[in-house]
Amino acid sequence: MTLPILTVSNACYSWKSRSDFSLFVPEFNVEATEKVLLLGESGSGKSTLLSLICGTILPTSGSIRVAQTELATLSAGRRDTFRAENIGVIFQQFNLLPFATVSDNILLPLQFAPQRCKRISGGAQEEARSLCAQLGLPDGVLRAHANGLSVGQQQRVAVARALIGSPPLLIADEPTSALDANSQAAFLDLMFQRVTAQNAALLMVSHDERLADRFDRVVHMTDITSNRGVSA
Amino acid sequence: MMLRLALASLRARAITVAMTILAIALSVSLFLAVEKLRVGAKASFADTISGTHLIVGARSGSVQLLLYSVFRIGNATNNVTWESYQDIAARPEIDWIVPISLGDSHRQFRVMGTTASFFDHYKYRQGRGLEVADGARMDDLFDTVIGADVATTLGYQVGDPIIVAHGLASFSQHKDQPFRVSGILAKTGTPVDRTVIVSLKAIEAIHVDWKSGAQIPGQSTPVDEIRKMELTPKAITAALIGVKSPLQTFNLQRAINQYPQEPLLAILPGIALQELWSIVGLAETALLAVSAAVVVTALIGMMATIFSGLNERRREMAIFRAMGARPRVILGLLVFEAVIMAMIGAALGLIFLYLGLAVAQPLLDRAFGLWLPITAPSSRELWVLATVVLASAIVSLVPAFRAYRMSLADGMTVRT
Repeated sequence: MTLPILTVSNACYSWKSRSDFSLFVPEFNVEATEKVLLLGESGSGKSTLLSLICGTILPTSGSIRVAQTELATLSAGRRDTFRAENIGVIFQQFNLLPFATVSDNILLPLQFAPQRCKRISGGAQEEARSLCAQLGLPDGVLRAHANGLSVGQQQRVAVARALIGSPPLLIADEPTSALDANSQAAFLDLMFQRVTAQNAALLMVSHDERLADRFDRVVHMTDITSNRGVSA
Repeated sequence: MMLRLALASLRARAITVAMTILAIALSVSLFLAVEKLRVGAKASFADTISGTHLIVGARSGSVQLLLYSVFRIGNATNNVTWESYQDIAARPEIDWIVPISLGDSHRQFRVMGTTASFFDHYKYRQGRGLEVADGARMDDLFDTVIGADVATTLGYQVGDPIIVAHGLASFSQHKDQPFRVSGILAKTGTPVDRTVIVSLKAIEAIHVDWKSGAQIPGQSTPVDEIRKMELTPKAITAALIGVKSPLQTFNLQRAINQYPQEPLLAILPGIALQELWSIVGLAETALLAVSAAVVVTALIGMMATIFSGLNERRREMAIFRAMGARPRVILGLLVFEAVIMAMIGAALGLIFLYLGLAVAQPLLDRAFGLWLPITAPSSRELWVLATVVLASAIVSLVPAFRAYRMSLADGMTVRT
């Protein structure tokens, strides 16, 4: 059995500004190539958990390991590079730099991740083009400006950007919430196809339980966390 | 690629960015223009008289002597006797000497008595000589050559009669001996433009019937009789001297300053001009300070623009962060943006300056006799431009650090 790509154990985070509330995750793992849906209402601490996994914030106590690396042992700058190397991120919407071309948007993470750059066998441009083709984006889209694309196309470009250079873990924060039902299904099909093809693990956060049957595993925020809030 | 992204981001905010750049460009061109004017005015001022090695007058202060002999401001405390003048003129070091006699006026302009050699030896702006634009030099005893400003202000033309008043701002006039305008000088930008030039003899001639500042009552010598008189002056106000070898200048100066028969003063015009400029130059510093303040204002404006853009650009920063950009990349991007804007602004300012200079140069020369040479930017000007760019980088650190802190706090979560 391969080692898990993500291991969270006894991770605790408390907000400096909100001393009455903290997030505690006793245990949460994602295996390599596993596709996990994390369900949770807004305010359940999803964003905080994602920030912890991405290393933009550090747990107050406990451990978070991504690809067998304890994030807390890395300096802030190293964590940024580590994120660039190992994690592809997809937001809800407005994923792209609107003023930049699609090509520049897709290649952006490679700027900060030399190893990820090396993993691409052919040219980076060529890789971006083939990803776009596989994600069903029209020819010549690379040269287009991101703000000229439809929301659905933008989300697919975001997937291409998250996948380029094959990072082992993909994090998607409600990537379909801005899409209508038909586009949602098509988008998820494409994304799953690519994630499977690249042997990546996917951690997708959503509040939409209808998506559950596509995933290997469904986890509720309430299952893995205990909000030790002493609400007044 | 980061460079391309930064430029694309700037292009996306074209209007705000263009306005910011325009403000910087205008302020930079204003500053450079003031600097050009300042240097030009200083050079023009220093060029008021050139080629003259020494100015001799009665003993007073060097600035005072310069003021009345060259700028026609103020009065001589005393005169130089004709004997002393001839003594000095006879010295072996002297190449040429031009006597000047002041004291009378015509309307608001000073009348200066001199000899024909004044036209040959008075030089300005690095050796330029006086040119008669219209008419000719004095020929007759009662001929006068007037400066360009005199002609335009009073609307005189060649052949017009002029009556000289005794003293300055005086009501007693030398009515009996009217002058005729024989020539009008080309504009020089020097005090010569505001001078009515007559011959030294003419000064004597109009004072034949005068004694201690007033006309002798009832006495009026006919002009014909005056013409027959020997009109040797008894005294002059000052004299301009050219020496044969510049090395002799200091010797001659010392000799004149120690002239035993009469207390005299010889000054080096260049040094006296500098002394005078150090007094007038105060205004120049103030002007420079004001235009520097304008540049600072433009830079602060740029800082405000970057600041106000930060909130709308939080998403952009979050994307950069999510892709693995360190907060200092965000900081670098913002500083880079500011530097790009300042560089374009500075370059544009330079272009504005030269365009403006090309248009204004002939106008300024005609109106004020102020000649601004169009030359490649001096090292001082380039230094100013570099300072503006550097200052923009420093100023932009303020919003950049805020963005740095924001992106640290926000991480990759997008707050809108």
